[in-house]
Amino acid sequence: MRDYLGVVWAIVVKDATVEWRTKTAFMSAVVFAILVLSILYFARDPTAVSSMDIAPGALWVTFTFAAMVGLNRAFLLERENQAIDGMLLTPVPRTAIFVGKMTGNLLFVGFVELISVPLFVLFYNVSLAGRLPQLLAVTAMATLAFVAVGTLLSAMAVRTRFAELMLPILLLPFLIPPVVGAVQLTSRILAARPASELMGWFKLLAAFDIVFCVLAILLYEATLDE
Amino acid sequence: MYVRALAFTPVERLQGLAQKIYYVHVPVAIYALAAFAVTGLLSIAYLWLRDERIDRAAEASAEVGVVFSVVMLISGPLWGKPVWGTWWAWDARLTSTLFIFLLFVGYLIMRGAIVEVDLRARFSAVLGILGLALVPFIHLTVYLFRTIHPQPILFKPSAPSLPGVMLTTILLSLGVFTLLYVGFTTQRYAVASLRALREEELLSDA
Repeated sequence: MRDYLGVVWAIVVKDATVEWRTKTAFMSAVVFAILVLSILYFARDPTAVSSMDIAPGALWVTFTFAAMVGLNRAFLLERENQAIDGMLLTPVPRTAIFVGKMTGNLLFVGFVELISVPLFVLFYNVSLAGRLPQLLAVTAMATLAFVAVGTLLSAMAVRTRFAELMLPILLLPFLIPPVVGAVQLTSRILAARPASELMGWFKLLAAFDIVFCVLAILLYEATLDE
Repeated sequence: MYVRALAFTPVERLQGLAQKIYYVHVPVAIYALAAFAVTGLLSIAYLWLRDERIDRAAEASAEVGVVFSVVMLISGPLWGKPVWGTWWAWDARLTSTLFIFLLFVGYLIMRGAIVEVDLRARFSAVLGILGLALVPFIHLTVYLFRTIHPQPILFKPSAPSLPGVMLTTILLSLGVFTLLYVGFTTQRYAVASLRALREEELLSDA
């Protein structure tokens, strides 16, 4: 178990180091997020729809698109110079490699979200006072959901033609349950609804997380060459 | 069957002639979703047995499912306009079938974007399994919104509540579409087999 976590950690550190040296992907994801947030602010009739009404949707569309930028990069990097083959030759469990990549993506998306949320508060004039723990739970669960599926699908997408186009086509259907759930939860949390109205969606997110994390880890081996 | 549907069934009192589309729409919808379920199950079987033929069958079923979905998505609005008063509504069942349809269109697009046979089979199987797991989640998600779709009257716990003539027609229609699904899928499977054979020939020639 310790060895397993050691491998996971090593991959996370490796990915973080690579990213830290250039910061290209991270910076583009952040700028992308800011752009999407501000474009969506103007994508409404200001006399008819208040910015608060579209705020939860805008937040999650932003997170989804920004995550896609990061996910596309994750395995593209490994394809260069066949780095992935080197990793697969090492005598470590292959699921550990996948969990490592997934954790790396989770960190990447997490940091992008960490920067987007204050901007979201600023742009859309929302108050998070007292709602932060709940919002944090929603964000963590939904992010885990789409990073788990996204990491697996991006490992596959990079090996097809039109790789950059393939990931969104394959991934977006899988994002419907977590994103719809997250938007519903976010709008209810921001409107300070009672916790009983949140439970159904929280259960859905939790079930999605469990099912797709397990499936992604199990199925990763099948995507590799023997 | 169409003669029967058009000439012998009574005109429904509230919906008028538009109701007759039911005899196409419902069987096609059932077989579209069944086709995707078959693809999902064959995907599991493929990863288990690693037999190329299973992959071809999964592809055939997915393709027929997509065609049936298109028929379903066209016949639905034709009925929706006179009865609901709108071509399209973001109703639960409508939305979930649309997303499942898009998922399998993606499945076919991905198949087209991979040349290597073995890789294509494995990736498709992985996607098929993920898709199978996704269906209940999509259904739950959109169900937590709300539905205006007609409630099931055929497959429900109590006895079917259709008048006799309509019941026989829909059952006949279901039978016809069963044959159609099986027929299309086996034909498509044969095409896939021939194509694989041709590819092998080309490889050995080269």
